[in-house]
Amino acid sequence: MDTTLLLLADGRFPAGGHAHSSGLEAAVAAGRVAGLAEVEAFLRGRLTTAGPVAAAFAAAACQGISPAVLDVELDARTPSPAARLASRRQGRALLRAGRATWPSARYDDVPHHPDGCHQPIALGLTAAAAGLTAEQTALVAAYGVLTGPASAAVRLLGLDPYQVQAMLARLATACDEISSDAVAAAAGGPPSDLPSASAPLADIHAETHATWEVRLFAS
Amino acid sequence: MRPDSPHEHDDVPHGHPHPSADPHAPLPADARALRIGIGGPVGSGKTALVAALCRALGGELRLAVVTNDIYTTEDADFLKRNGVLPPERIRAVETGCCPHTAIRDDISANLDAIEELEAALGPLDLLLVESGGDNLTATFSKGLIDFQIFVVDVAGGDKVPRKGGPGVTTADLLVVNKTDLAPLVGADLSVMERDARARRGELPTVFLSIAADRQATPVADWVRGLVAAAVR
Ligand SMILES: Nc1nc2c(ncn2[C@@H]2O[C@H](COP(=O)(O)OP(=O)(O)O)[C@@H](O)[C@H]2O)c(=O)[nH]1
Ligand SMILES: [Mg+2]
Repeated sequence: MDTTLLLLADGRFPAGGHAHSSGLEAAVAAGRVAGLAEVEAFLRGRLTTAGPVAAAFAAAACQGISPAVLDVELDARTPSPAARLASRRQGRALLRAGRATWPSARYDDVPHHPDGCHQPIALGLTAAAAGLTAEQTALVAAYGVLTGPASAAVRLLGLDPYQVQAMLARLATACDEISSDAVAAAAGGPPSDLPSASAPLADIHAETHATWEVRLFAS
Repeated sequence: MRPDSPHEHDDVPHGHPHPSADPHAPLPADARALRIGIGGPVGSGKTALVAALCRALGGELRLAVVTNDIYTTEDADFLKRNGVLPPERIRAVETGCCPHTAIRDDISANLDAIEELEAALGPLDLLLVESGGDNLTATFSKGLIDFQIFVVDVAGGDKVPRKGGPGVTTADLLVVNKTDLAPLVGADLSVMERDARARRGELPTVFLSIAADRQATPVADWVRGLVAAAVR
């Protein structure tokens, strides 16, 4: 399944991610992120907060935990309405691509919501449809938490792309650990016990960003 | 010419127009709006063309517009301010600095915007998708639109058609706008016409000044022909 894994993890998979900076644009505008060192710190922050949540929920959805239950749990972990919308929009885009790429009855369980289905749940269902394991699913989720904003950083800050790749390589071990911990967290216990790490500043960034008149990224 | 529509509305609520709100007869259940993409370099007159088409066709077709600004909701705001189309018929898509990606490689945000418009407004006859201003290589995916118009302008120099690129070469209609400026910038329209024909073969090219023709009459007529052919 290695090629399937790479297909789903590839930034070129048309799942709408290119339009999202996951809070980086707001952090840059606030003067909190200006160069490579701050981007690395920002990504470590995302990896340890959004990372476990996204990876565990994706793994849980892949393993067949009720998407409707997971949807409620994810809303509870996403206090910012703007962040919820961004997650749902990206989930909807991912499902569109997933359905076309790996048709499956697994998508029948997608929770109905006008803004779409939360991204980690969409990822879990797509990965299951593609035949990936929970481990692979969690890895794709954690990897996406890193590479989405990293790609936005290159575009927003004009960073040296080689240095950005070297930074991602430095974060690879942490990403592996986050994803294997998330699989363990998703394995036992009720969905309410899934990881719930958060970062208030990320929520504040998401909310301010949504009010801007002028912005490059959708989130 | 119209590809089958892969409608996936599972997570989008279906909207129904109020019976008295829309004077037009409904399309057959399986018909969807004809989708026309409008691309071209920054400042060539894409938004001006969208506004002109709304003026020309807004009264006779059920139409809606999706804009893809590089940077802001500027184009959508312009259309709303100018009152050429009610605000609920216009959606803006953010493209994360990648206007060409949003219309070609990853069209999901544009498809979402189209589906949201259709869900909110009911069946439409015509959807115009304006790309964010890009370079001469940007073209629309056939998964997003049925036909594309590429807009260049005379002020960009009379060499643009000769430079070619997929937009100039393959667009279903090439619009050379701002002919009113030709004398001021020393552009030779006959050179542009000759080069366009060499690049495009049988594909049509129109020369236009939207500043003078506020309804972009030749383009509006071309669109009318496509809509009529699509409905049959
Ligand atoms: N002189 C002249 N100006 C035009 C014409 N069409 C558009 N413009 C102007 O060109 C500028 C850019 O037009 P716009 O539609 O925003 O370009 P876009 O970036 O391609 O959407 C605006 O100031 C328009 O008023 C035209 O036919 N003649
Ligand atoms: Mg424009």
